[in-house]
Amino acid sequence: MNILVCIAKAPDTTTKIKFNAEANALDGNGVTWIVNPSDEWYALVKALELKEAAGQGKVSIITVGLSEDDSIIRKALAVGADEAFRINMSPDSAASVAAQIAAWMKGQSFDFILTGKETIDYNGSLMGGLLAAELDLPYIPMIEKLDVQSGIATMSRDIGGGTEEVQVQGPFVASATKGLAEQRIPNMRGIMAARTKPITVVEPQSIDSTVQYLDFTLPAEKGACKMIDPENMDELVRLLHSEAKAL
Amino acid sequence: MNVLVYIDLQLGKPRKNAAELLTYASKMADGGTVSALVLGPCSEDLTQLGDFGAQKVLHANAPELASFDGLTHGKLLAEAVQFSQSDVAIVAFDHSGRAVAPVAAAKLKAGLVAGAAGLPLGNSFPVKAFSGKALAKVKVLTSVWVVALTPNSIPSEKTAGTAALESWTPSSIPVSKIKVLATHKNASDIPLPEAERVVSGGRGLKGPENWGLVEDLAKELGAATACSRPVSDIGWRPHHEHVGQTGITIRPNLYIAAGISGAIQHLAGVNSSKTIVVINTDAEAPFFKAADYGVVGDAFEVLPKLTQAIKKFKAEQA
Ligand SMILES: Cc1cc2nc3c(=O)[nH]c(=O)nc-3n(C[C@H](O)[C@H](O)[C@H](O)COP(=O)(O)OP(=O)(O)OC[C@H]3O[C@@H](n4cnc5c(N)ncnc54)[C@H](O)[C@@H]3O)c2cc1C
Repeated sequence: MNILVCIAKAPDTTTKIKFNAEANALDGNGVTWIVNPSDEWYALVKALELKEAAGQGKVSIITVGLSEDDSIIRKALAVGADEAFRINMSPDSAASVAAQIAAWMKGQSFDFILTGKETIDYNGSLMGGLLAAELDLPYIPMIEKLDVQSGIATMSRDIGGGTEEVQVQGPFVASATKGLAEQRIPNMRGIMAARTKPITVVEPQSIDSTVQYLDFTLPAEKGACKMIDPENMDELVRLLHSEAKAL
Repeated sequence: MNVLVYIDLQLGKPRKNAAELLTYASKMADGGTVSALVLGPCSEDLTQLGDFGAQKVLHANAPELASFDGLTHGKLLAEAVQFSQSDVAIVAFDHSGRAVAPVAAAKLKAGLVAGAAGLPLGNSFPVKAFSGKALAKVKVLTSVWVVALTPNSIPSEKTAGTAALESWTPSSIPVSKIKVLATHKNASDIPLPEAERVVSGGRGLKGPENWGLVEDLAKELGAATACSRPVSDIGWRPHHEHVGQTGITIRPNLYIAAGISGAIQHLAGVNSSKTIVVINTDAEAPFFKAADYGVVGDAFEVLPKLTQAIKKFKAEQA
């Protein structure tokens, strides 16, 4: 079983977000980078579980990034991926990242491709759908269960208000959400092994951007919180109705 | 400009968010044509989409479209954009839209705005970034656009228009490679991402057996229920209720949090809610800094009192 997992880097979840002077990019000073949580916790770990259950196969990871992102790749290798590919460019949008990965995929063969449900920086949750479109593969978003038996994948996916069980034969793209697997903390052996696992650097294609991030702002601070006497919930209801217009 | 809205069907009926999407499309069209695309058999009178601004409804009711396949629906949306000579396709940024929008954008080579949070200024859209910790402006560089709209971004507005229903036959319907085995509905009626009101509980509620307090209040308010990450991690509540940076991001009109401390990862997922009420025994809980109304008190006492007060309020209004 050969599985490809797309991973992205993301700022650690405790990061206080700030921007550069032009306000058009994140100020990376002091930011700790992590593997995007749903890519690592659910997509990658599920891929490893399936490979282990099958007793054979390979889990490859791919990311679009610069050499400074090799530290993120090593983390994913330490969790257990076998090999990594890095398309050598600074990612500028989900669309161009997907187009780059799809262009690279043309010469490769995988049983299926997993992504996380979204990145926690741009929250586009586009990668899976874009890749599926580029590769003309079925796309199953937001899967919380995945089982593969003799080439047939059975999945359960969140459909917002419920779940749907689906089956697919042949290659597909799916995005992974909570429930699919549990985070694995890399052990010492994994970390040591990751140092010598191969990272293949792939040069990017030239692909035009279709969108551009112009600038970023932080949300307006909330005004002071109005404290309500716990014995007087009628007052809270009155304020929610007449002041906040929330009722 | 001409705008086409993708209407998602659930159990053969347009999802509730059709009203918001069509309102948004009408404002963007600014005199151009607003069309709606409906894929699959539908049991409802689709001319009703005119209530929210659709002038034309393209309906492809082939039975093989009854089950959702993002690749197929995305391809057909792209074809319908060309067929209806639309400049923009609007899709909800929800479970279906997240699959349909990128496929349509890839097929149309269109710029894709993921998670638009309001109307554009020219060709630049406000979007949420960093899980709600920031707002960004995104400029679309192509002539055709695909816009995925974050739920609850603008209030729906009724219009007096009527929609002309047109049956539409796509050039071909690709055979879906996805076989749907079963569909299960969650116990709660209101899907969390599109809920206008949400009542949420954290570890302060001590155990799953106490969730009746949250559910009673939610029921009285017509709200969906949610929870903090540890609560779903320990299995007190299902995963799809986990809100926050690594769960789902929501922006309801009203968010009531009981027994939740307000960690940065939790706030990221809920801080764009219009009104936030926090109930916590600890006056120093960080959540109060992000709240509009705060109650320092025991959720076990405050929640039932609030439920009663809502009941009383509703009786007075009736
Ligand atoms: C990588 C990463 C990602 C994360 N992502 C998320 C995420 O997406 N969403 C999320 O929620 N968390 C997330 N977290 C976890 C987050 O850091 C907090 O640990 C979590 O939000 C705390 O949950 P809580 O508020 O329910 O529990 P606690 O922090 O334990 O707070 C319980 C609160 O209840 C109050 N309380 C106790 N008893 C009562 C009572 N009787 N009545 C009223 N109040 C009471 C306490 O004063 C306290 O404030 C993430 C953490 C990491 C490391």
